[in-house]
Amino acid sequence: MMATLHPKLSEERSQTVVSSTKSVKLKIKRSNPNVNSEERFDDYVVPIEKWTTVLDALLDVKSHLDHSVGIRYSCRQASCGSCGMKINGKPALACFTKISELDSDTITVEPMDNFPVVRDLAVGFERMINNHKKVMPYVIRDDSEIDPESGMREFLQSPENVEKYIQFSSCIKCGLCNSACPTMAMDTTFVGPQALAQAYRYIADDRDKGKNKRLKVIDESHGIWRCHFAGSCSQVCPKGVDPAMGIQLLRGYLLGIRD
Amino acid sequence: MERETGAREGLKGWLNPGKIGKFGIERLAWLLMRLTGLGLLAYFIGHIWETSHILDGKAVWDKSLEMTQTTEGHLFLALVIGMCVFHTGNGIRLMIAQMGYGIGKAERPDYPYKPQSINMKGKACIYATLGMAALAMWYGMAVMFA
Amino acid sequence: MMVLRESIIMKIHYGTAIGALSLTVVHILMRLTQDFHESLAYENVIANYESVGYALLLELLLILISVHGFNGLRVILLEMNQGPTYEKAVTIGCLAAMAGLIAYGSRTIIMTSMGMV
Repeated sequence: MMATLHPKLSEERSQTVVSSTKSVKLKIKRSNPNVNSEERFDDYVVPIEKWTTVLDALLDVKSHLDHSVGIRYSCRQASCGSCGMKINGKPALACFTKISELDSDTITVEPMDNFPVVRDLAVGFERMINNHKKVMPYVIRDDSEIDPESGMREFLQSPENVEKYIQFSSCIKCGLCNSACPTMAMDTTFVGPQALAQAYRYIADDRDKGKNKRLKVIDESHGIWRCHFAGSCSQVCPKGVDPAMGIQLLRGYLLGIRD
Repeated sequence: MERETGAREGLKGWLNPGKIGKFGIERLAWLLMRLTGLGLLAYFIGHIWETSHILDGKAVWDKSLEMTQTTEGHLFLALVIGMCVFHTGNGIRLMIAQMGYGIGKAERPDYPYKPQSINMKGKACIYATLGMAALAMWYGMAVMFA
Repeated sequence: MMVLRESIIMKIHYGTAIGALSLTVVHILMRLTQDFHESLAYENVIANYESVGYALLLELLLILISVHGFNGLRVILLEMNQGPTYEKAVTIGCLAAMAGLIAYGSRTIIMTSMGMV
């Protein structure tokens, strides 16, 4: 349905300076599970420039057409991982997706699949964060970085070794990989590609001594073996983490191929 | 075991053909691996039951063979051959990838971040497996319909 | 419930896949050593079973494919639904079905190879 413009919003709209002659129709999925189970699509027409991102368009809607649209965002530069959503059927960061590159006059935005919806486009990350914590995403050592004898020191890392895991440390926990994963579509207890890639990131770090602890966590009936390398997680990762690669490399430890 | 409540795609996330368009041939291979696995298990159970008729004498054996000695039966067996070849070929690809081979090397990613694990080698293997399955089906039919 | 770690189960899954593949090739080639229809003639099949080597191959193939197939089914079913009771039922059900199929197939192989037809 086309959303009716509130008179006050209409007034605000007339005050905005629109330099663009192009416009696009945004179809936004609306729902509020805390109130009822109703789901609907609201349509909004917004002006766009060559550089307009989906987030810009959504914020345009929020500022001038409908204040009630629920979205979560922060950095606007693909660093915080807050604005993940399904854009024209594929999980993507709204701030990292230019409308001009979508090659479509109608942009459909929906909340990410496989996450509980908070409201409209905002989803809950509790389970993803819990799984992230479960793989112990920190360097595990018996000794401390702080040596009381000689003062504070750091665990040294060589540039060569950094290359082994730097790719996986770019994860911004946006949840796109978990949203794209076919196992996540059915398995409510699967640890997920995000957490598995992070498990690899720390195991591959030669300062870390927590390999066995982490492998024990992921080697269970809803752990790493529920990944069947569909590769969808890597297709949508906005930071080049390539979780599918991390998961396959991680399997090597459990298969006895890698030490 | 903690379960998450809330939105899940369910079977739509597995079977929706739109997903294959969005996520590529690897997603199709994932789905076919599952379907061919189930199909082959069903065939295997049927095959064990069918061959057990050997214990009931020649007449029963010949009668049980008649089930697959029809055009439909031959087409069904050809499908089984295709499923078997695809499941085998794709299974070998997956085993190799799951051991960490052919998925690229972990390194500092550069924009536009093409995932190394989703590469042409893998795609070529999937297309080759599909091609081999089709060839095997054709050969099977040539033998059975001869 | 879980007796074996999942990595051990998956090693078995891979191993049975490789084993079953090798033996299936032999099994199919046996059908192609003569005319396909002729190879399925009652007398020829009985002769196959009566060869100890071939009977052993069939028994091994039966076990390998059953283990691989029902573990694959278990994996799919575990991904379709979750919960302790369901998962227990799936594991026990798949194990029982696997054992049942192996027993049923073994009966055919043993009785035929011993000439009890």
